[in-house]
This record gives sequence, structure tokens and C-alpha cells, in this order.
Amino acid sequence: MGTYLQVFSIGIQNTLVYRVNFLFRAAFGLIPLAATLQVWRALYGGKPAGDLVSGYTLAEMTTYYLVVTVVDALTAVNEDDWQIAAEIKDGMVSQFLVKPIDYLGYRLTLFLAGRVTYTSVAVLPVACFGVWLRDSVVLPVDVPGLLLGGLSVMMTGLLQFLLSYTMALLAFWVAEVSTLIFILFAFEYIASGHLFPLNVLPGWIEWLLRLTPFPYQMYFPATVLMGKVRGPELWGGLAMQAAWVGTAFLLARWVWRRGVRRYSAVGG
Amino acid sequence: MRGMEPTRPVRVERDPAVGAGDLWARPDESGSGSFVGGLVRHLSVYAALWRNSVTREMSFKSNFLLWILVELLWFGLQLSFMGVLFLHAESIAGWTRWQGVLLVGASHFIQQIFQAFFLVNCTQLSELIRTGRFDFMLLLPVNTRFLVSLRQVDLGGFVNAGSALGVMGYALHRMGVVPSGMQVAGFAVLVVAGISVHYSLMFLLSTVSFWAVKAQGIVWGYYNLFQIARMPDAAFKGGFRVVFTYVIPMLLVSNLPTRVLAGMLVRPWDWVAFLGLAVLAAVVSEAVWRFSVRRYSSASS
Repeated sequence: MGTYLQVFSIGIQNTLVYRVNFLFRAAFGLIPLAATLQVWRALYGGKPAGDLVSGYTLAEMTTYYLVVTVVDALTAVNEDDWQIAAEIKDGMVSQFLVKPIDYLGYRLTLFLAGRVTYTSVAVLPVACFGVWLRDSVVLPVDVPGLLLGGLSVMMTGLLQFLLSYTMALLAFWVAEVSTLIFILFAFEYIASGHLFPLNVLPGWIEWLLRLTPFPYQMYFPATVLMGKVRGPELWGGLAMQAAWVGTAFLLARWVWRRGVRRYSAVGG
Repeated sequence: MRGMEPTRPVRVERDPAVGAGDLWARPDESGSGSFVGGLVRHLSVYAALWRNSVTREMSFKSNFLLWILVELLWFGLQLSFMGVLFLHAESIAGWTRWQGVLLVGASHFIQQIFQAFFLVNCTQLSELIRTGRFDFMLLLPVNTRFLVSLRQVDLGGFVNAGSALGVMGYALHRMGVVPSGMQVAGFAVLVVAGISVHYSLMFLLSTVSFWAVKAQGIVWGYYNLFQIARMPDAAFKGGFRVVFTYVIPMLLVSNLPTRVLAGMLVRPWDWVAFLGLAVLAAVVSEAVWRFSVRRYSSASS
């Protein structure tokens, strides 16, 4: 455990170097978000007052995007996959094969450290944004929903990390993984509910998406936090999410074992 | 470049080698001093840079094709966002579905052409300065800004611009609009002006790297704003609209050419404002560039 605490502290120090970068990134990211919200507002404005979009009021729609921003800050993979791929390509992983440390545990710890730093920087602009929007959002007040939402967000973080980790491990086989990562990222972006809540999609598409891990990477935790998911649907969703985390973990382990067997430590 | 940016990702630099050998060859055969001679020389240098870019892309063929696929996916993503919005409304701020699709297409077209010529080069200036390679470029017998701005051509950008044209054509067909020659010409002028605005502003931001080591973040921050360009202008109000129309003209850059092409209402004042801003941005960016280069004292010595 002490080893990983050390790794965590190193991770914090390494990412703190980028604090200004993080601040700019978080702040700049809010401008297109504000634009998206204005387009939704215009869309609602063209409807009769009180008309809903897939059961969402304008305030709920706005809240959804705000919650997505927060969940994203807490769970998004930043540079981790690039670093892992680079470490494999440059032969840097060799040292982890002989050291008494688990590579997945090591990377997970660094991921957590990165998220802690990023979130503590991003909290400032995002909070300002939230205050600016205060009259047009509905804050969830349901305590169990918030607690279970927190649990779901943690599992989302694990899922995001494990999938990115597995994608980055493809660097054992191919020289250039960035295109593959971006292709998956594109699917995640739309199918997880980053771009819009999935319930605005036609029902059968939403149903199909629920069979994939994507909704558990954003839509599910966000709607739990908003108190939109209750009862059996909530518990079933949490169980499914946990199952996806477990699957992703086993997949990551399996790909790692296969990769190491192929690994020839180029340049290492 | 991930995290909170809801933008399509951007390719990472793969091979920064500039064809220095080509540039040194025949440094001044067409007679220095005369404007035409200088122009011919720069054109031949640019041809060499093109050859270089083609060679580089073709040595990673599958990667080249995969990047085009990535861009296509992100284009599809933007289109589906517009499609989803119009599942729930007949019109948004006066824009119809196919006008919205045309807007996304035009926006993608402009962005891809910009990307083909300038994007990578603008983001690399800070790296050139940090590594000291910029000093070497100052010594070359060509205009430094020309070389820095146009070193690499991103050929995939042209392919993606083609797919954007296809979508635009389909949207016009669905609207039943056949643009006149004048409309197409107006569109072309506005596209050129829009690319020029993007280039001037992004280059202006990248000159910050003469003073700060990590200026890339600012350049990418600007790139982030491209997302605003594909939203219908009429949806915006107040300060946001003013800033992104008359200061950073994101709400003009694709909306105005789309309006011209689709025969929608265009305020003459927007033409004046946009073309004026294009000229202003170009002048300011050149002035700041000259000032910065004069003050530059190398990163490595």
C-alpha cells in the first residue's frame, strides 16, 4: 500500500505542473457548452410553454449538461492512454516486469492522482458556471440518489480507465494506437451521453445502447445524480455497471498477459 | 487533447521533419529583389513542402486512411447532434432541419480546409521555438512566416472537405435550393475570408509562444471555439452573440456563407463586419508577428 501512496504523491506532483493548463482547458470547455445550452434554450423557446423534450424540462436539460461536466471532470481519461502507449513503444514497461509493482495498479493510481488534481482546478470555473446558471437548473436534493450517484460515478471512473488502459495496451501489437483510441472515443462520446442525454434518441436506439457499456460511462451516473433513476431500474443499472467494470477488468488483465508475451522491449 | 473538450480530437504530430534539403537547394535562382521573382521562389518552395507532405502521408498509408475515418466519425457525430435536435422541433430559432445540416456541412468544410493548410503549423510554432529549430528557420532564405505557417499540408483535410461538400449538396437538394452562380461566388469569398480569419487569429495566439513556453494550450483553446461555428446564429442573444460575432466572429464564419448559399436573409452589415474583421485580424497578426520576431532572442543560446 505504501508503494501506491508514493506513486499517488508523485502523480499529484507531476500533474500539478499542468495546473494552469487544466484551468484554461476547463474554462475554455465551458464556452462551447454555453453555446449548446443556448441552442437547447432556443429549441424549447419555439415550443408551447411547458412542453417537454423526452420528459425533460429546459431546466432539467440544462442540469444534465452541468452534471455531465462535473462527472467528466471526475472520470475522464486525460493523457493516461497516450502515456501507456508511449511507455510500451519506448520499452519503458520493461522495468515494471521486474519491479514488485503491478502495472495496472500503478497506472490506476496515477489516473486517480490526475483526476484529483484536475478536479480541484476545474472546480473553480465549473462552480462559477453553475452559479451563473443557478436560476435555470434544478439541483437534486435526494440524498440516497446522491450517494448512489457517487458510487456510480466511481464505477464510471474505473470503467473509463480500464477501457482506455486496454485500448492503450494494443500498442503491444500496433505502432500507432491513437487512431484506434480516437475511433473508440468518438463512439463513447455520442453513445455515452456526452453530446445529449440518451433519452432524446428514438426509443429503439436507446434500447440498443443500453446493451453496451457506453451508457454506464456517462448517461447512467448523470441521471442517477439527477434523481431520474429510481427503484428496480436503479439497482439493476448499478448491477449492470458493476458487471461491466468486472468484465473490463478481466479483459484488461487478459490483454496485458497476451501483450507481455509478445513484448520484445524495443529500445528498453 | 481530451477531457472536458467536447470537440473532435486532432491528430498528433507524427513526423516533424521539414525538407530542409529542398529548401537549401537553389536558394536564389530566380533573381532576388523583384516581387515576381520572390513569388516564384516561394511557390517552388511550397511545391517542395507539398511533395514532402505527400511522401510523409504515403509512408503511413493505413494511418492516413484511419485518420480520415476518425474525421468522418466526428463529422457524423455533429450531424447526428443536429439530427437529434430536429427530432424534437420543426425549427430552431427560425432554422429548418436541412438548413441546420447545411450549416454543419459548411462549418466542417471550412474547418477541414483550414486544417489542411494551417492547423498543425500553427500549433507547432511553440515547439519550434522551444527546441531551437526556429533559429534555423530564421536563417533560411525564405519568408519565415511563410515557412512556419505552411510547412506541412494535412492532405486528409481535403478528403474530409470533400465529404462535407457532399453533405452540403444533399442538404441543398432536400431544401430544393439550387444556388445561383452569384451565391456560390459569395460563398467562396466568405469561405476564404473565414479561413483567413481563423488563420490570423490562431497565428496571433501562437505568437504568444515567444513569451511563454506552453502556448499550445491557448492555441487549442481557440480551436475549441470552432464548435460554436456550427450552431445556428439566431439561437444566441446578448453579450455572447456580440462577442462571438464582432470580436471572435465564430457566429459569422460558417453561418454567413450558409445563409448566402441557402438564400436565407443576410444583413449587408454582416458582410461589411466580417470582411472588415478579416482584414483587421490579418493586419494585427502580421504586426504582432513582426514585433515578436524583432524581440526574439532564441531559446537555446
